[in-house]
Amino acid sequence: MQITKLTLPLTAMDIAHLRIGDKVLLEGTLFTARDQAHQRLCRLLERGDKLPFPLDASALFYCGPSPVPPGRICGAIGPTTASRMDKYTPQLIHNGLKIMIGKGERSSQVKEAIRQNHALYLTAIGGASALLARSVTSFELYCWEDLGPEAVYRMVVNDFPCYVACR
Amino acid sequence: MRIVAASKIHNSVVTAIDKIVFGLDPLVRSALEKACQAETDEVARDVLNALLENASISESERIPYCQDTGTVVIFAGIGAEVSISGGPLDDIINDAVREAWKMNYLRPSIVNCPLSRSGNCGDNTPAIIHHRIVAGERLRLSIALKGGGAENMSAIKMLPPTAAEEEIIDFITETVVKAGGKACPPLVLGIGIGGNFETAALNAKRALFVPLNDSHPDEKVAALERQILDSVNATGIGAQGMGGRTTALSVHIITSPCHIASLPVAVNLQCHAHRHCEIIL
Repeated sequence: MQITKLTLPLTAMDIAHLRIGDKVLLEGTLFTARDQAHQRLCRLLERGDKLPFPLDASALFYCGPSPVPPGRICGAIGPTTASRMDKYTPQLIHNGLKIMIGKGERSSQVKEAIRQNHALYLTAIGGASALLARSVTSFELYCWEDLGPEAVYRMVVNDFPCYVACR
Repeated sequence: MRIVAASKIHNSVVTAIDKIVFGLDPLVRSALEKACQAETDEVARDVLNALLENASISESERIPYCQDTGTVVIFAGIGAEVSISGGPLDDIINDAVREAWKMNYLRPSIVNCPLSRSGNCGDNTPAIIHHRIVAGERLRLSIALKGGGAENMSAIKMLPPTAAEEEIIDFITETVVKAGGKACPPLVLGIGIGGNFETAALNAKRALFVPLNDSHPDEKVAALERQILDSVNATGIGAQGMGGRTTALSVHIITSPCHIASLPVAVNLQCHAHRHCEIIL
């Protein structure tokens, strides 16, 4: 098993060198987005409105974290099922999204969009949330607080472990 | 009539949630250790090792094992000779869930309206509570924190009564294959066979409370449990859908009598977090 340390945002060359099943230790900024945030992002795109963060420079992490206890950087952090985002993902990829982190398989349409646009889908280990929380060095609510755990959180990670699932 | 005070139930439920949300069921931990030793796939072994490390960190640092701290599901076996003082049982349980969620900084995962998706309840209530009046003077609460990923991939099928056992095995194997990595394997499978539409589903959920290493007392049903386990572990789905032989750790079946026309089969998928316990008051 190849283990590669990578710093976000990734270059086309970084992605080209990866193989399915490789382990990646990520460093950089992730934005969380689940079902409701995806719906909002796509509505903004359809209206031609500005997104709260630039898609092409951001990595999306399908995650609804648990609340942050006092004295800690973050709560429990882990991926949710990626396939629920499948209906929104091709639109986001066509608008510049390159990096997605979740768990489980993707639809054939998403896989095709990933291949055509040289994007990358990584899986993190579902349920390994205490372990993944160790990789988080900063964590903040970024936007859409009304969505509660489904809001967009911005987090900086170091040596965040995931595996190459689709490229 | 034996009286059980609301405060006693409340405190027991708060303590139970605290106990199962951090760390890992010792039986699941042993099963993961055993699976890790037997696993030949390198990536799958890496995943299993990460889960074991996660369990240790979760326990020592009191960070939830999984960020999806689940829906609270409770089977309440209420002794006919028990009287609860201080409020209706469901209210007592929901108050305890509120307190446990707030105290432990657990994720509120319940929305008020399943259609509009608006209005997170904020405190993870209501718990889903199934009541049964049983003989005796005890109150038994079987408590689980059930995550959404595995629950979403659960399934029910109304088979014809003449269906062969192979059809049951095929249906369950297909369900597990369709679930892939989405349900967070290694899984525990709770299976309900017989009864009717809702009984099969309830039995499937209830089967998840059977201790991991136990098998059905009826040898014929126990043999079916083993065949299902072998079948799902031969799929190559593996830990987190990353391949290998560790797709499920255990299979438990509960059967009920059923109509001559029917053979309902339900399978409730449980992820490796498998947070459950039982309190008897």
